[in-house]
Amino acid sequence: MSEVISSADFQSKVLEAPGKVLVDFFATWCGPCRMLAPVLDEVAAENAAVKVYKVDIDQSPDVAARYGVTSVPTLVVFVDGQVVNQTVGAQPKQNILALLNA
Amino acid sequence: MDLNTSGDALAREPETVDLAVIGAGPAGMTAALYGARSGLTTLLFERLSPGGQCATTEHLENYPGYSDSTSGFDLAMKMHAQASAFGVRTVTEEVTSVDLSVTPNLIATPFGSYRARTVIVATGATPAQLGLPHEDELRGRGVSYCATCDGNFFRGRDVAVIGGGDTAVADVIYLARICRKVYLVHRRDKLRATAIYHERLRQLDNVELCWDSVAEELVVEDGRVAGVRLRNVKTDEGRVLDVAAVFIAVGMRPNTAFLAGDLELDQSGYVIADEMGRTAMPNVFAAGDVRVKELRQVVTAVADGANAATAAADYLDWRK
Repeated sequence: MSEVISSADFQSKVLEAPGKVLVDFFATWCGPCRMLAPVLDEVAAENAAVKVYKVDIDQSPDVAARYGVTSVPTLVVFVDGQVVNQTVGAQPKQNILALLNA
Repeated sequence: MDLNTSGDALAREPETVDLAVIGAGPAGMTAALYGARSGLTTLLFERLSPGGQCATTEHLENYPGYSDSTSGFDLAMKMHAQASAFGVRTVTEEVTSVDLSVTPNLIATPFGSYRARTVIVATGATPAQLGLPHEDELRGRGVSYCATCDGNFFRGRDVAVIGGGDTAVADVIYLARICRKVYLVHRRDKLRATAIYHERLRQLDNVELCWDSVAEELVVEDGRVAGVRLRNVKTDEGRVLDVAAVFIAVGMRPNTAFLAGDLELDQSGYVIADEMGRTAMPNVFAAGDVRVKELRQVVTAVADGANAATAAADYLDWRK
C-alpha cells in the first residue's frame, strides 16, 4: 500500500523531495479511488525512481485546497517540488505511466 | 528516467491459457471462478481494481443473501478472493485489442500479449454522462446513474430524472414509490419509452413531466446537489428544480471499442450473444452488462458468468 501522508509531511516528502513524486488525492468514501489503489501500488512497486504518496482530502483539506482538488481521485506529478502534470479519475496503468513520462 | 513499462510478459513468447476473461466485474469474476473450477487455466484481465460498477456501489441491497449493510466493494473483493483461491490469475492490465483471427486468440495489453483458446468478454458498460459542469465530482453527492442503487438515499425527498427511454421511465416509476416528488426531464415532447410505461407513469400523482427541457446546470450547496437548472428548448424559458438528487438515465455505453468490429454488436454497441454467452465465434463468449439483455444487475451478471464459462468448457471438451 502506498503511504498516506499528512499535511505536516507534505513539505518534506513532496515539495522538498528531489526527483519525481506522484500524489494521489483520495477520499475513503470514493469508489473510483478504491478502484485506482492497486494500480498505483503496482506503479510504485515497479518504478523505484518514483515516490508514490496518498493524501486523504478529508484529513488534509488544506493540501487539497492548495492544489485545487475538487474531484477525487486527482493525481498530481511533482518534479523537484514543482507540479508538472495532473489528471482526474481512476485510470489504467498505462495512462499513469504516460502521465509520469510526459 | 526509465520507467518500467515492459511488465513481465513482453520479453518472452506469449503464454497460452485455456480461458481469458476480459473484465473483472461480477460477470468476469464468476466466469473465471467457474472456468478455474472446471480445470481450465484461467487469466482474468482488469484495467483497475476488481469489481467493476459493483465496486463503486455504496450499499448493495438487492443481491440475494446479503443484508443492507453490504457494500458493492466488499462483495467484489470476496468474489475476487474466491476466484483466486481456485487458481485464477489476475492481470492488472487493460486489454487494448483481441485478435480473433489467429488460433489461439491473441490478447494484447500495453505491457505484453497473451494467447487464449477461449475468450469471455465481460468488459461491462459505463453509464453515459450528460456532460454537465461538475457532473463528475458530484457523482455520489447527488448525481447518480442508477436509481435502484441510490434511490433509497433520497427517501421522502424531491428528485429529478433526466432521460426519456425505458431506463429513465423505469427509474421514475421506482423513485415515485420512495421519493416525495419526481420530475422527469426530457428534451422532446414525447417519450421513447415503450407504451406500458406511459400508462404506469400516468397513474402516478407525484410525478411531474418537464417536456422539451434540457438540464443546463447543477445547483450546488455545501458540495452536494441542491437543484438543477432547466431550459425549455421551445420557449427558451429557464426554471430551477429544487431537488436533492439528479438521476441521469441517458443510456449506457458498452465497453466494446477494443473489439474493433471483430464481434457482432447491436446498434447500441452491445455484444450479440445468447443466454449461454455464445457469440457467432465458437470460442468467444460474452457475459454481464456488455451482452445484449434486458436487466443489468449484479445478479444477472454472475449468472451470465457461470453460463459463459460452462459454454467455454464445453467448447474445449468438444474440441478434444
